[in-house]
Amino acid sequence: MLDNQRELLERMSADIRIQFLKMFGKLGFGHVGGCASIADVLAVLYGGMMRVDPANPAAQDRDWLVLSKGHAAPALYAALALRGFFPMEWLATLNMPGTKLPSHADARTVPGIDFCTGSLGQGISAAVGICLANRLKGQSSWVYCILGDGELNEGQVFEACGTAAHYGLDHFICFVDWNKKQLDGTLAQVQNPVDIAGKFKAFGFDTQMARGYDVEDIHACILRAKDAPDAPHCIVLDTYKGLGIDFAEEQEHNHHLVCSAEQCAAAIEEIERRLKEGCYPGGMRYGKA
Amino acid sequence: MVKLKQTPAAGAQEMRGACCEALMEEAGKNDSIVVINCDLCGPMGLKLFEKQFPTRSINVGIAEANACSMAGGMSAAGMVPFFVTFAVFASRRVYDQVFMSCAYPGLNVKIIGGDSGVTSEYNGGTHMAFEDVGMLRIMPNITIMEPSDTVMMKALIREMTRTYGVQYLRTPRKKTPQIYEEGTAFEIGKGVVLREGSDVTLMAYGITVCEALKAADVLKEEGILARVVDMFTIKPLDKACVLESARRTGAIVTAENHQVTGGLGSAVAELLSETLPTPIERVGVQDEFGEVGTQAYLMERFSLTAASIVERAKLAVARKNS
Repeated sequence: MLDNQRELLERMSADIRIQFLKMFGKLGFGHVGGCASIADVLAVLYGGMMRVDPANPAAQDRDWLVLSKGHAAPALYAALALRGFFPMEWLATLNMPGTKLPSHADARTVPGIDFCTGSLGQGISAAVGICLANRLKGQSSWVYCILGDGELNEGQVFEACGTAAHYGLDHFICFVDWNKKQLDGTLAQVQNPVDIAGKFKAFGFDTQMARGYDVEDIHACILRAKDAPDAPHCIVLDTYKGLGIDFAEEQEHNHHLVCSAEQCAAAIEEIERRLKEGCYPGGMRYGKA
Repeated sequence: MVKLKQTPAAGAQEMRGACCEALMEEAGKNDSIVVINCDLCGPMGLKLFEKQFPTRSINVGIAEANACSMAGGMSAAGMVPFFVTFAVFASRRVYDQVFMSCAYPGLNVKIIGGDSGVTSEYNGGTHMAFEDVGMLRIMPNITIMEPSDTVMMKALIREMTRTYGVQYLRTPRKKTPQIYEEGTAFEIGKGVVLREGSDVTLMAYGITVCEALKAADVLKEEGILARVVDMFTIKPLDKACVLESARRTGAIVTAENHQVTGGLGSAVAELLSETLPTPIERVGVQDEFGEVGTQAYLMERFSLTAASIVERAKLAVARKNS
């Protein structure tokens, strides 16, 4: 990684957090927890890892991302707007009547969204289908997918894992956002997936654990995955729900939060402070604040 | 142009054979066509396709939800996927996948559901799709069809490869009576008038088309002239054809190998009650589950026969004249 790349990627991940905080602050509510935990991986993907062209978002030879945990769309919308897929002004219209940006990732209206998601478990199958199609067309595009950890409750996820492994889809990189919580509580309380990495390994995935809050580690894991042949790849992102946004991290139930504009503004200030002082993204659980 | 057989006779080819033949022909011309199977490649008659196009015949095993969402993904990446399984699984089992991964995003996914209604015979009530049309009909962005013989099957497969959108084709897998001469062309969304008549219109699709033709013969002997329409596209409904039939004959009987609720009977009743109230009788399954047996037994059991259509046609005519 180049000297200033970490700085650039952290800036991008901070901007993603800042942008969805602005959207949620304006609305007064949103899926803060699960957006926060994927801000860093999105920064790595859209900060240079993915071959995408904002001027031609539907180019068939692009890299693809299916956000299987579709409720975290505001974080992805932020990343896409920052990359220039659509005007930044659109972000302020999240969930407003007639908006192009609904809560859940919508490929019909948003340039750069590669698949409609929100009903959990289906995005990974779609990503596997995209990957197989690319192979048939002789294209070497990378197909990324981001699963939630609670999403692993959906059996379809493992149907898709079987297919990805059976066809040896080595251009498929699947992240699991292991943020430890689902809607009704912690994974342990609701329906514990236990050994996530072990499950993907058992299916035949090349599997790694990444510090999901560390852009450099995520970046390195993706490069290692790209070098490993013959099997699909899984990168389990060790994260925390609400990561880097204290008011969200502090709440026990933080899947969907009510939040004031003032709370969001304070969180944005804190993000800027941590960036400046070199302790970004911080967060209580990582002792970096 | 529609060319009819003089009398419907048992065909030489099975419906699944016709489906495979047409798919192979189109796949030979279009590299984007792929078939996604769920461990039913054999029963759905697609082994020859698999042999000729091994990389484009994808068997994901017994995982219909995954297959359906994968079809959506493949379509997003520019392919023309045919997701093939039994009708019960293509509808009941993957309803949300059809919605979320195919119809809502506006993709180009083709779904083939084998063993429509009573044609699942010895697989019995668990496998008897009497609800698939109704379930899928209320979903926007979807076309629903059932061919009535192998000539139409081949024509519809061709049409499906040439038109964009989510299309569901339900079908028997085995032999059906031949109704059309080879070379007949069909347009998705356009009913086919098989016989003109002035007293009542019999509208059917799939295996009940042949029953409607037989019923028309019986009615003719009794002085009732029936118009017969093969309404092979249930959605979008050929409204012009329904309205014209209502105007010309003033009474309508629908006949379907499906629940009367949600299927063609509902579609026709919905249209006419809002635009041109007309006596309608609906032949079909009356809110019951299927059961095991031969097709002949089951058609009697669920009153899907020519005799039922005759009886209901007389009722419709009587209501018109009362």
